[in-house]
Amino acid sequence: MSELTPDLVRHLASLARIQVTDAEVDRFAEQLSLIVESVATVNSAVAGDVPATSHPIPMANVFREDLVEPSLTQEQALSGAADSDQGRFRVAAILDEE
Amino acid sequence: MAKAELMNYEQALEKFEVVIGLEVHVELNTNTKMFCGCRNDFGDEPNTNVCPICIGLPGSLPAVNRKAVESSIAIGLALGCEIAPNGRFSRKNYFYPDLAKNFQTSQYDEPIAFEGTIDIEVPSGAVYTVDIERAHMEEDAGKLTHVGGNTGRIQGAEYSLVDYNRAGVPLVEIVTKPVYGAGAEAPELAAAYVRSIREIVKALGVSDARMERGNVRCDANVSIRPHGQEKLGTRTETKNVNSLRSIERAVRYEIQRQAHIIANGGTITQETRHWHEDRGITSSGRPKSDADDYRYFPEPDLVPVQPSNELIEQIRASLPEKPAERRKRLQGEWQFSDLEFRDVVNSGLLDELEETVAKGAKPQAARKWWTGEIARLANAEGKDVADLAITPADVAELATLVESGKINDRIGREVLQAVLEGAGNPAKIVADRGLEVVSDDGALQAAIDEALAKQPDVLEKIREGKLQAAGAVIGAVMQAMKGQADAGRVRELIIERANA
Ligand SMILES: [Zn+2]
Repeated sequence: MSELTPDLVRHLASLARIQVTDAEVDRFAEQLSLIVESVATVNSAVAGDVPATSHPIPMANVFREDLVEPSLTQEQALSGAADSDQGRFRVAAILDEE
Repeated sequence: MAKAELMNYEQALEKFEVVIGLEVHVELNTNTKMFCGCRNDFGDEPNTNVCPICIGLPGSLPAVNRKAVESSIAIGLALGCEIAPNGRFSRKNYFYPDLAKNFQTSQYDEPIAFEGTIDIEVPSGAVYTVDIERAHMEEDAGKLTHVGGNTGRIQGAEYSLVDYNRAGVPLVEIVTKPVYGAGAEAPELAAAYVRSIREIVKALGVSDARMERGNVRCDANVSIRPHGQEKLGTRTETKNVNSLRSIERAVRYEIQRQAHIIANGGTITQETRHWHEDRGITSSGRPKSDADDYRYFPEPDLVPVQPSNELIEQIRASLPEKPAERRKRLQGEWQFSDLEFRDVVNSGLLDELEETVAKGAKPQAARKWWTGEIARLANAEGKDVADLAITPADVAELATLVESGKINDRIGREVLQAVLEGAGNPAKIVADRGLEVVSDDGALQAAIDEALAKQPDVLEKIREGKLQAAGAVIGAVMQAMKGQADAGRVRELIIERANA
């Protein structure tokens, strides 16, 4: 388990696209450490041969047939958007991947 | 963004071993998206094929498209993969507006197919075995248009416009293991591999496989290491390489760029690079994220996919002939030399040829028309052969007209041109324009008389054994009959005269 350093908190913040102050970094480092430790305690209580549970109900193969269903209209789709233009959602340019 | 300094390619290969890895995304051609009933179509009005599920509105619940799962299994089997008895979907978390959900539904530790292998032939005829690590199901992202700035690219953009029609379209991502040992042919191997994947998914009927529409997209990982070094070099991942030719160019460019840096004491940064088709270069993108950064976790809204053995065997039994086997069979049936056959394959004209032969043309004639005159005309117009207005049926008809002696090669080319101009099918054009070769002896004899009157000594020369003297008369007859004389018959008639 990697230690929750201030740098790791800043990295997590940048992945989550939130700005954090130095004071918050310290506070979150402390809080997140506590959470990670608690999860580690649960981990240590389970033997290695118990499979991880991703789905509590034993169910598989729930499929949809490949049939077209009505979509929203463009107006409906954009109705909740903060901003739109030319039938598209308008968002701030983010300097990241392309 | 300047062109990086490059090492000469041959020199780079002398110093370094090349290792490549390829990730190919295949868009499936299902009617609907992966997790909702929105139409999976290209070119519709923006944000008209969207619903609460694919734009991630609160409370919406996804459901897996059965057809997409079956198509994915078919791809896995065609690549010789094992099919996972239990497959889960996972959330790949990232914040970028190409998906409105803030995560991509993908597969992480339990892909539907894994551990396959495929033999790839490169233009030299060498065959390399490429190991497939996995093929997993996921959803495509929406399309961003960057506005403002000067180029529409992200640098300098003021804002972006998002169309989610493509968000949620089913994708299968096929990932190879590192490929060693292709040396100077690594770029060709990368392109040939993607060509094979395209052929396979097209033959399976699970994708439209059109690269120009982004149905098949390739990310190319390239690293180099000094010969004899065990440790792998740092790799770069070049994205945005969307034609077979650019894949080859991008891999070659990366080899030369990395070789220059390492030879000059530098180090390679592990990063994503973008390929710029227009300038033939790659440029630095973001540093490559670790898988950890995506904080994958099992998708709680979708239950596992557990394909039964019956389903897997049923799909396996319905697989079409493997492209490599089909090629072997066709080459045998057509009795083409390796060189002739490779020429057809490399021109991407196998389907056209097969159909033309099925419509009655002789294989060699079909090959000659498609890879010769038709390819030449397409090239002259800067088009793909597939975009020309000619069908295999037209070519078969044309070849049959020539084969039966109704028209000769030269007239054939003229007819071909007319077909491309939309004048109808070959037989109609020949009839409309009266292009049929004249083999009626009466008409030919009259023209021969006329020609001999101007060159009276020809018959004497032929009698002396100088058969080539007939050429001048044949030429004159062809000219008088506007190229429509049956040259073979004219020659026979002249020799008959000389020996009469
Ligand atoms: Zn939808």
